[in-house]
Amino acid sequence: MRKKSLFYSLMLHGGILIILFLLQFILPAYHHSSVSKIMILASYAIGYNFLLGYTGLMSLGHAMFFSAGMYSMGLGIYYLDLSPMNGLIFSFLFSILVSMIFGSFALRTSGVSFLIVTLMFGQTFYLSILYFSEFTFGHDGFSLGKYLEPLFIFGKEYLFSDPGIRYNFALLLLLIYVLITTFIMLSPLGRILIAIRENESRTQLLGYNVFYYKFFALVVSGTFSGVAGAMHGLLFSYIGTTFAEIHHSISPLLWTLLGGVGTLMGPLLGTGIMYYLIDFISEITKNYLLIVGLVLILMIIWFPMGIMGTVRKKWFKWLP
Amino acid sequence: MLNWLNDNGPLLFLALLDGTVTAFVLALIALGLSLVFGVMRIVNVAHGELFMLGAVISWFAFDFTSDPLLGFFVALIFAPLIVGSISIFSERIVLRKINYHPESTIVATIGLLYVIQQLTLMYFGPEARPVDAPFYFRIQFPWFGYSGYKLIVAGMSAIFLLGVWFLMKLSKLGLYMRATQQDIEIAKTFGVATDKIYASVFALGGGLAAIAGVLIVPIRQADYLMGLDPLLLSFIVVIIGGLGSIRGTIVAAFIIGISDGIISVFYEPTLAKMLATSLVAMVLVFKPTGLFGEVQA
Amino acid sequence: MEIAMENKEEGKDTNNSEISITRRSVLGAGAVIAGAGVLGSKLIDPIAKTAHAAGSDNPIKIGFQAHRTGIGTVYGKWYERTTNAAAKYINKIGGIAGRPVEIITEDDGTDPKRGADVVEKMATQHKVDFVYGTLFSHVVMGSAPRAGELKIPYFVVSEGYHVASGKLNRYVFQPCITDVRSQITAVSNWIFGNLGKNVTIIYPDYAFGYDHRDYASAAAEKSGGKIVAKIPIPMTEKSFTRYFAKIPKNTDVIYHVMVGPGVLTFVREMGEFFGSNHPQLFGFIDSLEGVNISSPGLGFLDGSYFWEAMPRYADGYDTGGARFYRNAVGVNASGASKSDAKDVSTYSHMFGCWETLFAIKEAVEKSGYRSKKDYGDLIETFEGINFFNEGIAHPQGPKIFSGKTHQCFGQQFISKVQNGKLNVVHKTTIADGIYEPETDYTKQSL
Repeated sequence: MRKKSLFYSLMLHGGILIILFLLQFILPAYHHSSVSKIMILASYAIGYNFLLGYTGLMSLGHAMFFSAGMYSMGLGIYYLDLSPMNGLIFSFLFSILVSMIFGSFALRTSGVSFLIVTLMFGQTFYLSILYFSEFTFGHDGFSLGKYLEPLFIFGKEYLFSDPGIRYNFALLLLLIYVLITTFIMLSPLGRILIAIRENESRTQLLGYNVFYYKFFALVVSGTFSGVAGAMHGLLFSYIGTTFAEIHHSISPLLWTLLGGVGTLMGPLLGTGIMYYLIDFISEITKNYLLIVGLVLILMIIWFPMGIMGTVRKKWFKWLP
Repeated sequence: MLNWLNDNGPLLFLALLDGTVTAFVLALIALGLSLVFGVMRIVNVAHGELFMLGAVISWFAFDFTSDPLLGFFVALIFAPLIVGSISIFSERIVLRKINYHPESTIVATIGLLYVIQQLTLMYFGPEARPVDAPFYFRIQFPWFGYSGYKLIVAGMSAIFLLGVWFLMKLSKLGLYMRATQQDIEIAKTFGVATDKIYASVFALGGGLAAIAGVLIVPIRQADYLMGLDPLLLSFIVVIIGGLGSIRGTIVAAFIIGISDGIISVFYEPTLAKMLATSLVAMVLVFKPTGLFGEVQA
Repeated sequence: MEIAMENKEEGKDTNNSEISITRRSVLGAGAVIAGAGVLGSKLIDPIAKTAHAAGSDNPIKIGFQAHRTGIGTVYGKWYERTTNAAAKYINKIGGIAGRPVEIITEDDGTDPKRGADVVEKMATQHKVDFVYGTLFSHVVMGSAPRAGELKIPYFVVSEGYHVASGKLNRYVFQPCITDVRSQITAVSNWIFGNLGKNVTIIYPDYAFGYDHRDYASAAAEKSGGKIVAKIPIPMTEKSFTRYFAKIPKNTDVIYHVMVGPGVLTFVREMGEFFGSNHPQLFGFIDSLEGVNISSPGLGFLDGSYFWEAMPRYADGYDTGGARFYRNAVGVNASGASKSDAKDVSTYSHMFGCWETLFAIKEAVEKSGYRSKKDYGDLIETFEGINFFNEGIAHPQGPKIFSGKTHQCFGQQFISKVQNGKLNVVHKTTIADGIYEPETDYTKQSL
């Protein structure tokens, strides 16, 4: 049974990733770039889901991780003349650091308190970007384009703004996140995390130090989000406070809820649907955020498990 | 010390004055949030939007009557009624369906936040619209002037706060509310219609926010995005004051209001907000009952 | 003197070309319309027909990046009205190079991130010829790099010094609204000469505000003044009294410029704080754009001064072009909407939209632009323009355009508040606002 479901899920995820790879050759320019963006944002949502889906902790402060990754990469390149790759590594390390500091405080709380603590930390981070505006460029943000060295792939020079580079870097990030998540979830570690979600006190009674496992999940989640932020900054070259605002923390929650909490492909599906829904509606009306509100309410009342979660429950039990 | 006071005395006075006005209004907004949390054990993220609705209704009243004084009183009566009804409506069709589950409620009220905000954008438009103050005068101190209406706002907030206190302590509704807050099961066995109590608490919370909106709009203008700041500030106040405690909420509103005034005047408003948000996070982490919270069952 | 000569030469130059003929006819026709509406449109028809015959009927698409929501809303609303009025009029007189103009509008939420997305959507989804119309400087900073990457001409109406500073790229133009640096250069002698030497600057805490801070400080010191305090205010701020407390006592002049939804509160709280006993006030009209000067609590402004790019009250600048423009956009003599006197316009900014569309028209027609493959020619032609004549196409006044910096220079006005009305007391020449170019975009590759 386990082998069979592993086979199915490999087919499904491999299939989705291969389709995404092939899509780039047929998509028209606008959708080509939209899908690149969706893949980055979905990577962010996968990071978010790692915490919510596998340990049950709901956060309203993930924009902090996203923007921490983005700003550390951008400011690193701007002030320290880092190369883009070193910028990414720098943001990776910085995201780990931020997640660890944050986790060691926030994880003393749970439930609604955790939600509010994450909201407040996120807000503090946002305000500090504004407060140190001389260093961070405050409300203006900044564009990274001209500080980025070009890439050399097989001796050919590419810019990060090149559509093909964008698409394939985004896809690569998504692939890495899917692989790491699958790997962790199939390992004993992953099963302990799920045990914590299902029944925290029983897991504790079995002799596991729940705090360390939660801490691990939070650091993975924060680092995923941070590197996704750095990648967004690198590929789309603008770095600004809009990525640190509350709305940007609510977004991955929305995407994950819609796609399916605790499913591997749910975040990607949710991100894709919301992205195109908003894109479509914003052409018709300036009140497109109305749809965000309605989706949130409808999902939480009727489909708390999201699309993939419902599909899994009703038809395909093997869905990861 | 004397030298410092000589130089900075007027600034300190301004900081205290501004801080006190902020504190009164903040207490009124936060009290609604605190009551809802105390009795229903849920966090209403759409609370700031109810405040915004109060301000927007006030603009319509002003526009309709074209008389600041009349419009003000019309708004003061109708805004809480309308917003209270909206609260009851959303309690019935949303919160009851998810059984007041704490985390689901947060998600659902985030949804409500967007719905209310965007509907306002649709029917009220994106501009900030001014409402004339019902009483406009200026008080001249030796060093600077101050809006007389702002002091009236502080006074009226104090009256409404007292009203809520009497309601809670002396009325039957207040008794039922306190009973539900202390133990909903026992309240039920004693025949308290807890679902009606839930609805009235939610409506009362919304109504208080709406009144605060009506009071503040001549100072700040009405726009559809004005709900977010008061929401965050009242979160801060409610948490520092201890979730669900009325007295704690009011004390915390003064601490936050006045320290915000002082830090803003002597340093920077952004710094004041930063310190407040991180203080709240730390309070929740290290003293979850709040600085003044009574330990509750 | 030199400028006047340039003007003449430019006039001679274009006299022989087709465009100048069109423009002349437009001027004439415009006057007729103003005089006798229906008859006027009949007169224009023949011109329109010949123009259409010469070109094809597929429209020139212009993507308009509008601040429909967010903090730029008031400006966004008026930018949209002005743009639509200009497009309507351009279509009436035969379009651009005989092709009708189609404006495609999308909201950017006054948000730099969404601004960049909108530019991309305009270019790749709507397939517009040009993107145009952005005001808030942080949105320009977020969007311009994307326009450069996509290699699509991007015309902004923003006032920021970002274009001329060389921070952006060769695809970005600001052809019809003077930048902050030039505005300050033009009016600083007058301010610091007439109002006082110890200056406190209050400005919004983002790019546009920094331009004010930097160039006002430099200008003040140059004319023997001293900056005693610099007070930045976040754009989203709703409460201002606490900022006024930071103004030092020895201040002679408060130089204030504010934007965002809180401007009325800003000015009103300034009045509450100071009363009638205030230092000299010199404001950029941004602090009052979209705000009725006779609102309660603004009486203290009486006797204070404002910079205006284009006088809000019709008697401040009464030329044929200005009259025609005011009427076409639907603004009354006191700068409010004709249909709603409470709806005050952003008169000192929105003319830039009107004029920019005409500047695009001129460049397209001069360069023979047909489709995206002609961007190179269009840009080089635009860089070759060095003057815009005053008239219906440029109602704010004549402009010198620098191909190197992609930025124009125009005249400025200083108005005094008297009896709840703005009266022009000083008009600068274009030469007053000229500074040495700091960049040369023509050297960048296309």
